[in-house]
Amino acid sequence: MRVIARLDVKNQFVIKGIHLEGLRKVGDPNQLAKAYYEAGIDEIVFIDAVASLYNRNNLFSVIQKASEEVFVPITIGGGLRSLSDVEQALDAGADKVALNTAAIREPGLIEKVAKQYGSQCVVASVQAKRTANGWEAYMETGRERTGVQVLDWVRRLQDLGAGELLLTSVDQEGTKSGFDVPLVQAVNNAVSIPVIVSGGYGQPKHIAELLEVTEPSGLCFASVLHYKTATVDELRQNIALARASGIK
Amino acid sequence: MKKIVVLSYGLGNVRSVGNALRAIGANADVSHDEHSIMQADGLIIPGVGAFPHGMANLVESGLVGVIRKYIDSGRPVLGICLGMQLLFDKGTEFVPTDGLGLIAGSVDIIPVSPEMGRLPHIAWSTICPTEQGRQKMFAGLTDSEMRFYFVHSYAATGVRSDNISATVSYLGNNIVAAVQSGNVWGTQFHPEKSGPSGLYFLNNFISNC
Repeated sequence: MRVIARLDVKNQFVIKGIHLEGLRKVGDPNQLAKAYYEAGIDEIVFIDAVASLYNRNNLFSVIQKASEEVFVPITIGGGLRSLSDVEQALDAGADKVALNTAAIREPGLIEKVAKQYGSQCVVASVQAKRTANGWEAYMETGRERTGVQVLDWVRRLQDLGAGELLLTSVDQEGTKSGFDVPLVQAVNNAVSIPVIVSGGYGQPKHIAELLEVTEPSGLCFASVLHYKTATVDELRQNIALARASGIK
Repeated sequence: MKKIVVLSYGLGNVRSVGNALRAIGANADVSHDEHSIMQADGLIIPGVGAFPHGMANLVESGLVGVIRKYIDSGRPVLGICLGMQLLFDKGTEFVPTDGLGLIAGSVDIIPVSPEMGRLPHIAWSTICPTEQGRQKMFAGLTDSEMRFYFVHSYAATGVRSDNISATVSYLGNNIVAAVQSGNVWGTQFHPEKSGPSGLYFLNNFISNC
């Protein structure tokens, strides 16, 4: 299982909030990315926390620098609206693009990017919030409702050619109270492409609780790494222990 | 300083490969110009995406003949991911398509049923080198360092055992991870995205140039 660092960037700073809101500066994106690379991270995801809201793309220079000193896959998301935005992101040195708001507004974009650059480069980002009878997909950094059911949407994203899913629980994000296990299980069962889980990790038992029920392809970590609560090696060991003690 | 040309043919993460080469002290030039290619100490064919699209781009840009000419000169060539797949006789992704025919074999979908697991195979996987691979392509890496980043749904099949330098196991399938035929090397994984082990591997390639 891949161990992935997630860096939410605003105005050239890595920030961290709760439920994707209430943002606090935690460091320089390139410094953190390099430190995580040197610590053995499997992959890095940069999310532009504001571009989606203000139509501004300022993460490309960060990506360009990162791609010169970090030799693991780099994903960029947040504010990518069109095929030409995707092209710019890949030219800057990203290996994959994460699309949410733009995909909801224009699902055909997923298909276009997959056709042009291959499915491996398309990460469909899904922000899920619990409802009375399931989960609803949100957009604009977890602020706007879409009326779309998550389980319908992820199947559609797979059919459109998404290569993997980045699944964020808006409810759990930043709370350190554990993953939304039923959500991960439902999504993992609904699709046959890899699912990356983001939002909610606080302590080792949260990994065990998740792996008892379902095994995603990767886990995204933010606060725990930014605040040095755990190292990459410790997170990897926690995953290995949880797997050894009996996976579903 | 070794001059390596990273072939640009409208596909693939050419910047990443160039960055990795520069990080290990090579002079990397991203190009599709025949003159630059023929001057290079080594040639890398990168590539991500679909087989027919990749092959069509090589044909349309007149690069098939240039690649053959370069290989005939005896200098080292490395195909990465789709760049490796294109070295084989044919691919069956979307529509059956002829490849470069430089190494015997076909590129087919990895046989995985949905109950068994997921495609694409996106993972850091530990490869198992053959004796030939241990001596050449992966020389100097310890077993625990042989962990590389894969992202693919198709893999080479029907490859002669003396061309296989490493395999990787995925969901019960023994997949070709690296091939060698004379001066032509290929990896299914992405060395440019495989951290220090990947850079070490690329350095092995460059030392050979």
